[in-house]
Amino acid sequence: MKFGVIVFPGSNCDHDAYHVLSKHVGQPVDFIWHKETDLSGYDAVVVPGGFSYGDYLRAGALARFSPVMKAVKEFAAKGKFVFGICNGFQILCESGLLPGALMRNAGLHFACKHVNIRTENQSTPYTNQLENGRVLSIPIAHAEGNYTCDDATFHSLEENNQIVFRYCDENGEITPESNPNGARSNIAGICNLDRNVLGMMPHPERACEELLGSNDGRDIFRSLTHAIAENGVGV
Amino acid sequence: MKAKVYVTLKPSVLDPQGKAIHHSVELMGFEKITDVRQGKYFEIALDGGMSEAEAQTAAEKIAKDVLANPVIEDYRVEVSSS
Repeated sequence: MKFGVIVFPGSNCDHDAYHVLSKHVGQPVDFIWHKETDLSGYDAVVVPGGFSYGDYLRAGALARFSPVMKAVKEFAAKGKFVFGICNGFQILCESGLLPGALMRNAGLHFACKHVNIRTENQSTPYTNQLENGRVLSIPIAHAEGNYTCDDATFHSLEENNQIVFRYCDENGEITPESNPNGARSNIAGICNLDRNVLGMMPHPERACEELLGSNDGRDIFRSLTHAIAENGVGV
Repeated sequence: MKAKVYVTLKPSVLDPQGKAIHHSVELMGFEKITDVRQGKYFEIALDGGMSEAEAQTAAEKIAKDVLANPVIEDYRVEVSSS
C-alpha cells in the first residue's frame, strides 16, 4: 500500500499528512512535487492543506493548472483514492473533481479551532470504520471554507449520500451555532458519486495524537487503509 | 488590443465582503446606499495581430476557465483596440 502527498508551492500541511501516513498508518509515503505527471504505483494521494499559489485569484484556482492535476484526474477516474484536505478540498472543487465551491467564511474571519463534525455516511472508503452519527473533534484552519452550490447540486448531493461530514455541536445536533463558516447545510466534507474522492475542510491529519487534543482523525485514515486493503472497494 | 474582464458573484450568492463594506459605507453616513457587491477586474493585453473577434474568443475562454469560477461567479468581457 503506497501513499503520495502532493506538494504545491504554498502547501504547508504536506508534512503533517506525511507524518500521519508514515507514523500512524505505517505505510510508505512519497512527497509528489506538483510538476510530476506520473502517479502509477500509488493507491491513494492526499491533496494537502495550505495556501497553494498564495491563494491568488481564488483559493485552489491556480493549483488546478499544475501538471500533476491532470494525473490526479486520471488517477481518480481509475477509481484510486484522492483525499483533499482544506486547501486540497478547494483545489478538488476548482478542478471539477468535486461539485460546488468554497467561498469566504460568512463571518469573514480566519477560523482556527477544534470543531465537531458528524459522520453522515459511513459507507465510504473514508468512513468505513466510523458509524453514522459518530461525532469527531477535528480542527479547522481556513478563511474560505464556506461550502456553496446551487440547489440542483445540493439535492443531488443529498440524494446520492455524498455529504460525508456536517458541522454539529458536541451532541451531534446540526445547529447554526455549530457552523463555523456559513457552509450550506453545515457541510464540512463531501465525496464524489463513486466515493473514491473526498474533500473536507477540517484537518484529520492534525487530530491523530491525544497530545494535540484529539485522535479522532485516525479513524478516517484507518478507514482509507481498510478500503485499500479490501482491494480498493469502499466499506 | 486590450480585454477588460469583470468578474462578479452571481446574484444568488451571499457576498460577506460586500456586506461588510456596505456596513462601513453606512457608518460613513451614506444612508441611501442599499447594497454593495464586491467583484474583480482584470486587464489582459493581447497581441496586436489578433482580430477583435479572435481577441474576444480568447478573452472569453480565459475568463470562463481561469478568472471566474462559474459555480459562483459571472463574467463580462470587453475588448477594445486601445
